[in-house]
Amino acid sequence: MGKTIAEKIIGEHAGKEVSAGDIVVAAVDVAAVQDGTGPLAVQQLEKMGLVQAKNPERTVLFIDHAAPSPHKDLSNAHKILRGFAKKTGVDLSEVGTGVCHQRLVEDYVNPGDILIGADSHTCTSGALGAFATGMGSTDVAVGIALGKTWLRVPETIRINVTGEFKEGVFAKDLILYLIGKITADGATYKALEFSGETIEKMAMSDRFTLSNMAVEAGAKTGLIASDATTRAFLESRGRGDKFREITPDEDAVYEEVVEIDASTLEPMVSAPHTVDNTSTAAELAGTKVDQVFIGTCTNGRIEDLAIAAKILEGKQRHPDTRLIVVPASKDVYLDAIAAGYIETFIKAGAAVMAPGCGPCVGVHQGILGDGEVCLSTQNRNFQGRMGNTEGLIYLSSPATAAASAIKGEITDPREVL
Amino acid sequence: MAEEMQNNLKGKAWKFGDDISTDHIAPGRLFHLRTNMPELAKHVLEDADPEFPNKVQKGDFVVGGRNFGLGSSREHAPTIIKISGVGAVLAKSFARIFFRNAINVGLPVLICDTDQIDPEDELEIDLSTGIIKDITKGIELTFTPLPDVMITILNDGGLAAHISKYGDFKLE
Repeated sequence: MGKTIAEKIIGEHAGKEVSAGDIVVAAVDVAAVQDGTGPLAVQQLEKMGLVQAKNPERTVLFIDHAAPSPHKDLSNAHKILRGFAKKTGVDLSEVGTGVCHQRLVEDYVNPGDILIGADSHTCTSGALGAFATGMGSTDVAVGIALGKTWLRVPETIRINVTGEFKEGVFAKDLILYLIGKITADGATYKALEFSGETIEKMAMSDRFTLSNMAVEAGAKTGLIASDATTRAFLESRGRGDKFREITPDEDAVYEEVVEIDASTLEPMVSAPHTVDNTSTAAELAGTKVDQVFIGTCTNGRIEDLAIAAKILEGKQRHPDTRLIVVPASKDVYLDAIAAGYIETFIKAGAAVMAPGCGPCVGVHQGILGDGEVCLSTQNRNFQGRMGNTEGLIYLSSPATAAASAIKGEITDPREVL
Repeated sequence: MAEEMQNNLKGKAWKFGDDISTDHIAPGRLFHLRTNMPELAKHVLEDADPEFPNKVQKGDFVVGGRNFGLGSSREHAPTIIKISGVGAVLAKSFARIFFRNAINVGLPVLICDTDQIDPEDELEIDLSTGIIKDITKGIELTFTPLPDVMITILNDGGLAAHISKYGDFKLE
């Protein structure tokens, strides 16, 4: 019987043939934590008497959620991570280096790998053809120390996408549309596998956007077969030799196949307080926006900033709308400076901040006031997410966000393109 | 560190709706309290029900709707529910990472038809038989059994205790 990508990768790491529903102990290639989950992982390792890392060169502690630290307790939490890195020789991604998921795809994860990360959006690396999934601190702590984890092999839902996007419609609109369609728990405990001609033609950055949001449908990971685009990306990061072709078998068994015609999609927006509360941008047009945030592991890559800069070039943000831009990593930031995007943003009235999670997690750098509306390129709009239960978070593509920053209200980007 | 799991639980139901996220349970605005779990626990679920952290009694149950615990991987969410004294979380369905984390920290999570349970109902749960008695209503509900691997981890008092006990996974 044919295998899905998830079955192939997990089987290889468990040393036996596996099918959906099996529970196995599997080897872990890359393990990662961030500053919100890492200190607890370190405490758990101390408790278990396992202050060690099985694969130190492929274990990474990221300081990205509260970076630079806005609070002494968080500064002390960061010290726990730095201390563990010194003791065990694992990598530490310091303040200013970037969001864990962007850094993981840039420098750590290869096709065919198993990555476990103590952050729900660990699924982002699935776009490289890796089985990448989020877990809690203790699970990842054990993965760091022993180099293995237990997994239930998930059933897979195939998302088959055909057709070309219309102007102003992007991968973010596709994934928001999909989550609206299958709902926020439509893929719970399952893997998504994105396929079809639209995915085959899609740039790596857009593939990362799709995989990043798999968890917003409840999925364990969001997989994409590796191909020439994956190879070119790895080569651009100096890891061309790590390329492997990871594809599902033609007769793989899927729990369900969802067909989407990309040519019928419109710019989409998720309204408060769940990601599956989707409408078209046109339907929500006119909703006043107090803050626009462009960045995050979902849409803070150079291609995202390029689209936003194109729209904001020579324009000004609306006087009643704040604009925050956070590149996803140091390399993205450097590329954006070289391309002139950062100057464009600053001249348009943006506050540009150091690479990291920015205001997405509600810790700092753009906490909403009571009743304020934020339109963000992030992946999640739960009540309280941006630091205030009275804040209202809408989600969109970078194009819709940039257009809305100029108009001061939710705007279909085709109005300004 | 390993606490033996108690099989018989008794307490009052605290009812919540669908889509209770980890931001409701352990919000990002309290990020700085993540290294101080007892302090963070004083705010558990307050963004969903401001009365909850002050009034919850040891042994009470959190009763949610669909997709309980969606969102972040923060293990702090089930941990502070457990610290607050809650005996188990009941819901129609759970988000995957929360479910796994709850077992890892030794908090029972039970999938059942929570529409049958009203706020403040007195419940009696037998984890070994899988039966939930709603004493207030005089009805019995069943919950979906956990996979064996999770029962093993739960019975050992959570994943850290399991690994401390065996030095490795011992799940098969």
